[in-house]
Amino acid sequence: MRRIISILLENESGALSRVAGLFSARGYNIESLTVAPTDDESLSRMTIVTSGTDAIIEQITKQLNKLVDVVKLRDLTEGRHLGRELMLAKVAAVNKDQKEEIKRLVDIFRGRVIDVADSTYTLEMTGSSEKVDAFLDELSRVELIEVVRSGTLGIGRGKNALKM
Amino acid sequence: MILTGADIVIRCLQDEGIEYIFGYPGGAALHIYDAMYRQDKVKHVLVRHEQGATHAADGYARATGKPGVVLVTSGPGVTNTVTGIATAFMDSIPMVVITAQVPSHLIGDDAFQEVDTVGVTRPCVKHNFLVKDVTRLAETMKKAFYIASSGRPGPVVVDVPKDVTARSAEYVYPDTMSMRSYQPRVRGHNKQIRKGIDLLVKAKKPIIYTGGGAVLADAADALTELVNTLEYPSTSTLMGLGAIPASNPNFLGMLGMHGTYESNMAMYECDVMLAVGARFDDRVTGELSKFSPKSEIVQIDIDPSSIGKNVPVAVPIVGDCNAVLLEMNAQLKTRLHEINRKAIDSWWGTVNRWKSKDSLAYDSSDTVIKPQHVVQKMLEITKGEAYITSDVGQHQMWAAQYYAFEQPRKWINSGGLGTMGFGLPAAMGVQLAFPGEVVVCITGDASIQMMLQELSTCLQYCLPVKVINLNNQYMGMVRQWQEFFYDRRYSHSYMDALPDFVALAESYGHVGMRVETPDKVDAVLSEAFSMKDRLVFVDVITDPTENVYPMIAAGKGHNEMQLKPNGGDVTERELA
Repeated sequence: MRRIISILLENESGALSRVAGLFSARGYNIESLTVAPTDDESLSRMTIVTSGTDAIIEQITKQLNKLVDVVKLRDLTEGRHLGRELMLAKVAAVNKDQKEEIKRLVDIFRGRVIDVADSTYTLEMTGSSEKVDAFLDELSRVELIEVVRSGTLGIGRGKNALKM
Repeated sequence: MILTGADIVIRCLQDEGIEYIFGYPGGAALHIYDAMYRQDKVKHVLVRHEQGATHAADGYARATGKPGVVLVTSGPGVTNTVTGIATAFMDSIPMVVITAQVPSHLIGDDAFQEVDTVGVTRPCVKHNFLVKDVTRLAETMKKAFYIASSGRPGPVVVDVPKDVTARSAEYVYPDTMSMRSYQPRVRGHNKQIRKGIDLLVKAKKPIIYTGGGAVLADAADALTELVNTLEYPSTSTLMGLGAIPASNPNFLGMLGMHGTYESNMAMYECDVMLAVGARFDDRVTGELSKFSPKSEIVQIDIDPSSIGKNVPVAVPIVGDCNAVLLEMNAQLKTRLHEINRKAIDSWWGTVNRWKSKDSLAYDSSDTVIKPQHVVQKMLEITKGEAYITSDVGQHQMWAAQYYAFEQPRKWINSGGLGTMGFGLPAAMGVQLAFPGEVVVCITGDASIQMMLQELSTCLQYCLPVKVINLNNQYMGMVRQWQEFFYDRRYSHSYMDALPDFVALAESYGHVGMRVETPDKVDAVLSEAFSMKDRLVFVDVITDPTENVYPMIAAGKGHNEMQLKPNGGDVTERELA
């Protein structure tokens, strides 16, 4: 089953490689991994999307917790949560039909055209991974040149927060 | 007090109460070695290879319970320590490895003797640090010792660039350390302990299965009290030997691939299992799908990730083995009447029937020396009181099977990683820690050649280790597997062109002896052990065809042991 694990870790050099190394050393899946500083400059926030049986997920969370740089973590999928992903896509937009079709799709999926060139449009879209997947499916009708996805960010719903 | 980084490193070791540091100098480490020269509180032991330093520190740590400390230079100094660090990591041994690094401004430039130490060691350390700022050096050293020694112990690397050792800072060594991101749990949850006892007292066919964690937690006394109170059959992993005295009537010997028949059968047939600081390693469990099919498991471990990793556990208890066992013993006092003694007696009847097969019996010989006999003879001469280190292979298994360990921390071997070459340097660490004690390195002709150079260190520091080389002219365990599973195709397991070990030992300034016939074993061993102040290397020419029995082959369960060379297999039917 697909899981979103949110981690607060010490903002130390090498912390990212410890997490990434753990996944490769033990053969766990990583669907996506994002990391960035937080409002507290001593901490980074990492969001990992992974999958596995319940036993494997239990090992993943235990092994992550064992890393000295990991301060706190939560498997967001155990509770109500939100997941969002940002996608940037470059598509061929040569003739009028193509351009209109792209515009229509972008409107339907509530994306934006953020750059226009002679023969390409660059698009931006935010949503759940499923929505991004669906948008990509539709874009297959036009010529996709490049796709850049951020990987999922997650946060608990309501009062649920992972903080110090 | 303002000190240079190099002096800070040494002061930290002094303030940490470190007795010995095992190391080897080099360019990037020169400031630290200079600081070492200007003091005499921490004694430096100069090894002949950095791997030897890590194994020596490791042996010291295993025997004393205190962290072992290593100091090496950058680049090859570091890469040479990796095997030793991984060895300590797999067996959860507290160790702090200080590695010098090229100057900060050269890091990343492929400088002379540069290696990404933090990157290279990352997968085999509990934690590691690169100290970029001299003002954080003392605090980092404290963290290193704290992390290495607490919780589930393990090796910690502190990488210190040369310029950091030259810069100065105010020296303050913290008295205590607490970290928001690292808070090992010591006390077990009382409710979980009660649940564990509920299962234990109701058991009809219980087994107590203990591992290296019981030794590391210094839980031997509490464990033995528990075993004596419950009077349940008890077994131990390779790493746990000595935590329960071998002579304890409840002790069935080692379990696992080369464990006793009664231990493995009891594991297979039991209804309740108490695992104490044991991690259900594949050499212990055999084929997982056939592992202890009828039991409910209570597992005590300080590392939550060890619980339920390989085998589902009914009652997990996260905590220090000693703290949990003390609490268990206290709670048990009022609950002993709940034990079904009749069922336990009947269970012992079954266990004793398995025991009567005498699975460690072997055919003696008048013509060739049986390695098992050598170990038994050593046990007799040393009265079971020696520290025994070993390398890896057949001799390691025979040492574990036939040397009856009465105390913890006396059996020192590389269980998890299985590092050939571990024995001799480990023995140096033990002998330094306990100068008056008998320290024996049981080794083989293949293993000993992996760290032979440390014979020179032994001479320099007058370490009277007894090296017992069970020389069968093969990589014995490799040969055994090739005999069993590769139709006797002995691919590269024959040690052709062995050195004259006696002359070799003598060339290093030690005493060399050789024994080739069974009738001379007693006399030669007695003479070797009577030389209290010399290293004696005894080359024992043993039966080259001898195999380690009993054995659980790969893919087999505990109830499918092979007891003897010829059709000594035991099937489940025979037992029913």
